[in-house]
Amino acid sequence: MQILPCPYCGPRSDAEFHYVGDADKPRPSRDCSDEQWVQYLLMRRNARGAARELWVHRSGCGRWLVLVRDTVNHEVQAAEPMNR
Amino acid sequence: MRFRHTPYSGWRLLREALADQQGWTPAWEDRDPSNKYDIVIIGGGGHGLATAYYLARSHGIENVAVLEKGWIGGGNTGRNTTIIRSNYFHPQSAALYDLSVSLYESLSKELNYNIMFSQRGMMEIAHDQPELEAMARAANAMRINGVDIEVIDREEALRREPLLDPSPRSRWPICGALLQRRAGTARHDAVAWGYARAAASRGVHIIQGCEVLGFRQDHRRVIAVQTNRGEVRAERFGLAVAGNSSVLAGLAGFELPLQSYTLQAMVSEPVKPCLNMVSLSTSTGSYISQSDKGELVMGGNLDRSPSYAQRGGFRITQSVIAPLLEMFPCFSTLKLMRQWGGTIDASPDNSPIIGPAPLDGLYLNCGWGTGGFKAIPAGGTMLAHLLATGRHHPLSEPFDYRRFARGELVDEGHAGVAH
Ligand SMILES: Cc1cc2nc3c(=O)[nH]c(=O)nc-3n(C[C@H](O)[C@H](O)[C@H](O)COP(=O)(O)OP(=O)(O)OC[C@H]3O[C@@H](n4cnc5c(N)ncnc54)[C@H](O)[C@@H]3O)c2cc1C
Ligand SMILES: [Zn+2]
Repeated sequence: MQILPCPYCGPRSDAEFHYVGDADKPRPSRDCSDEQWVQYLLMRRNARGAARELWVHRSGCGRWLVLVRDTVNHEVQAAEPMNR
Repeated sequence: MRFRHTPYSGWRLLREALADQQGWTPAWEDRDPSNKYDIVIIGGGGHGLATAYYLARSHGIENVAVLEKGWIGGGNTGRNTTIIRSNYFHPQSAALYDLSVSLYESLSKELNYNIMFSQRGMMEIAHDQPELEAMARAANAMRINGVDIEVIDREEALRREPLLDPSPRSRWPICGALLQRRAGTARHDAVAWGYARAAASRGVHIIQGCEVLGFRQDHRRVIAVQTNRGEVRAERFGLAVAGNSSVLAGLAGFELPLQSYTLQAMVSEPVKPCLNMVSLSTSTGSYISQSDKGELVMGGNLDRSPSYAQRGGFRITQSVIAPLLEMFPCFSTLKLMRQWGGTIDASPDNSPIIGPAPLDGLYLNCGWGTGGFKAIPAGGTMLAHLLATGRHHPLSEPFDYRRFARGELVDEGHAGVAH
């Protein structure tokens, strides 16, 4: 169990949050190739260590956020609003 | 030079018993890396070791090294709950996993190593009528794929596992089950060690404490790996590092559709034999079996945030155990003895990725997620075939990573069971 920070609500239980995917991933245009679409939809950085991740505060305010998190020790360096 | 181990047999046991156990030799020898091999396999888990064995046995390629950053079997292979079954939904998966179960059935003999494969059967329990009907549909699909599977009613489920709570008012009542009689468990360390020993005796080098830190490439072809113990060159490379696949892919310069999560498992204090088979609760994902040591082995859902920590959180530990105690109330007095986690590589369709990587000379075996122990003999056979011939085995073709761009997913997610 871990307390995660929400940029809108402050510190909350991790049970309220849901992981979505890599942060800062630009959505390709509608006429992109199948490869570009798969790159966007399914490919993951899946970083070991420092990662920028997109989460949603699903059972809280319902808003999207970026967690700067270490995937080995689970420490959260920062929580930012999603910039799009 | 080849390493010769002592063959195991009843006669040998007797002889050693009379000779003060002085004649045993090590099962396999830990080697230093040479600088050049025909084939190098990265990752000394079950899949990597099985690949090395089948390269030597089926393809006659013995100038092979397995590079393992820690100790063999120290990854997911040595952390898993050892369920072996083949009740998958799609024909592609059924063919692959059924081959694996068949290979497991003769593996102790083939490797001259007792892997303790016990086909005690597995029940996937339905807690209500709709769940049982969905199971009947899955069972029909599996039978069409040639997998032995049957739907049993509540009475038979209770007869097979008498410690299940028969009360219809239980939180998770027993309504019926999907039964695979050929399913069971095996000894995980023995699978790793059995393959290692058989591979080493055919000339394969098993190199522990050797971490791959980078790839040397020439015109998008991998020609060597950099390790903490020097550079190792080869004609072809196999990658079988489970939860670390994305890390290695990142070093080589490409991405995979994988996300690493912690899957945990736990055991109770040991008790006398009381469970006959493996039982899994379909709605909750929790499952239980009894090890030969007597511990109750339990597992279930993934921890929810991406992780390389190899340890899980208490919330999931509790959510795994709670439904099992509803189903087996008598276990509530037992103490939990150990709990641990492994880093699994979840793929988008809950199916593995087997085939050439986006770089020449590199071949992938990953994405087994929470269920690749049962697949070790088949996964090793597939990767060995790829490494030896440069081409897919017919059974691995559907699992190429390019299936994602083609939209040809082998979606095993809906079957609900992933171990
Ligand atoms: C708790 C738990 C329960 C499970 N239960 C079941 C089950 O009941 N049934 C089932 O079928 N499956 C189960 N699984 C899944 C199964 O354990 C795995 O799918 C399977 O063991 C994967 O085998 P592998 O050889 O690919 O990976 P691993 O056994 O993880 O081996 C990969 C190896 O690569 C090494 N490595 C990593 N990076 C490097 C590097 N840079 N250089 C060199 N070496 C490296 C690691 O140290 C490791 O030893 C479970 C997994 C877990 C964690
Ligand atoms: Zn919030």
